[in-house]
Amino acid sequence: MNVNIGNLECKNPVMTASGTFGYGVEYADFMDISCLGGIIVKGTTIQPREGNDYPRMVETSSGMLNAVGLQNKGARYFSEHIYPAIKDIDTNVIVNVSGSSIETYAECAEVIASLDHISAIEVNISCPNVKQGGMTFGVTSCGAASVVKAVRKVYPKTMIVKLSPNVTDITEIAKAVEGEGADSVSLINTLLGMAINVEKRKPELSTITGGLSGPCVKPVALRMVWQVFHSVKIPVIGLGGICNWKDAVEFMLAGATAIQIGTYNFIDPTVSVKVIAGIDDYCNRHGFKSVKEIIGTLEV
Amino acid sequence: MKKYILDMMVNSNCRIHKNYCLLKLGTIDVLPEMLPGQFVEVKVDHSPSTFLRRPISINFVDRDTNELWLLIQIVGDGTKQMAEYKPGDIINVELPLGNSFSIPGNRNDSLLLIGGGVGVAPMLYLGAFLRKQGFNPTFLLGARSQEDVLQSDLFHQYGEVYITTENGSLGEKGFVTDHTIFQNSFDFIYACGPKPMMMAVAKSAFQRNIVCEVSLENKMACGIGACLCCIEKTTEGNVCVCSEGPVFNIKKLKWQN
Repeated sequence: MNVNIGNLECKNPVMTASGTFGYGVEYADFMDISCLGGIIVKGTTIQPREGNDYPRMVETSSGMLNAVGLQNKGARYFSEHIYPAIKDIDTNVIVNVSGSSIETYAECAEVIASLDHISAIEVNISCPNVKQGGMTFGVTSCGAASVVKAVRKVYPKTMIVKLSPNVTDITEIAKAVEGEGADSVSLINTLLGMAINVEKRKPELSTITGGLSGPCVKPVALRMVWQVFHSVKIPVIGLGGICNWKDAVEFMLAGATAIQIGTYNFIDPTVSVKVIAGIDDYCNRHGFKSVKEIIGTLEV
Repeated sequence: MKKYILDMMVNSNCRIHKNYCLLKLGTIDVLPEMLPGQFVEVKVDHSPSTFLRRPISINFVDRDTNELWLLIQIVGDGTKQMAEYKPGDIINVELPLGNSFSIPGNRNDSLLLIGGGVGVAPMLYLGAFLRKQGFNPTFLLGARSQEDVLQSDLFHQYGEVYITTENGSLGEKGFVTDHTIFQNSFDFIYACGPKPMMMAVAKSAFQRNIVCEVSLENKMACGIGACLCCIEKTTEGNVCVCSEGPVFNIKKLKWQN
């Protein structure tokens, strides 16, 4: 079941997506979190962030919009108080790194680089819920490249770059970050959307717009993974609306080396365990000796 | 406190009011420990427009029958579907979630438990719990009208019950904060109900220097402190209502300004 993302060895291709799985330990009552291929923890910035005002979330048809706004206690608090509690989890613990400028991305990555048991970072250039930074960098090839270049200088371990779907051509961004030394790309982050309360004639979110996730985004995500797989040589990590093993296998056939489960963790906290078992069963049924054999094997 | 995901069987589902139903759920195994003020997240199947779980307050834990009671207000499609559950149906429940009400150290402390509308739900279990511990709680139940007063017959076994209705059809007329009993001095006030009600209770308790805890019901996704969606502004910054609440001491909330 093992796959590799750059130098990162994963015991299986199933990871949990940033912002949907806390620091992993929140789910430890429900499942053995070390069975995962990786846990991507909450978005971290160099300075603490309070995030956006309430309301930050609204349910939509087959999904939800969120506008959390990267609430976190900062990279140094993470290093001192959270890292000690999660460093011995027996799987890849990956930190999602964000910033409001090229410098703050690099500073944050540098702090995380000093933590021995963090095996990789996921550079978030695609958060739609912060005014400064985040998606600003992820929507142009030039902006994306500049962040990756700066982070690459200070971060020697595996660097995954999380891409925004809110662009005209995601393959251009993927190629730009590959060109600056990213080891992998993960996609998609949430799609920019909005919802309105008609009775109150007001937006449902304090920020008016927010990020759409859940099964409703899966076809879009799958299409983008397939496009990016055919545009870059680095491994692609697919995410967006995965709810079961079949969804996961779709992403892998489209070209994903690994997948992440996000929003569906809220509905079934043990979904990732079921997806691991389901992929394994699929491989057995189809006579694949390794899960790697199915990556990008979509027949067209 | 360890959390569980359980497949529970609907033992009964009683429509106690046109807008409310009382769902009693059982399991083969003995129900885990649950404290007053905690809640559960129910997975709602067979409702295509319902995606997320629904957070529901623990109304009562009946150890004699090994049943969990959920008092449900029918608001949208999710709760409408829950009102349709039939005995024998299996539903998936995460429990117990969140913190719980504080239990005072002195058994002679005078305690007022206020429930407005469906906010009576956690007060029943809290009242029963306090009574068992040797306290003598007083209940103040508020509703729009007589027919909207929920479970008042059940509260009587745990202490004195006072009622206010907005139209005066039962008990005193007005809001809970207008009631005579509310003007009495108490050592501890617990409140759950509509936010304006809780804010009015909190304001008065704050002015009279009475310890006061309220139970919030912000919109939630995960229910376990992972997604940071249900935040409330507190003296310690934005915190998750699902994991650091739903019960808050009013001194921690930024409601005074």
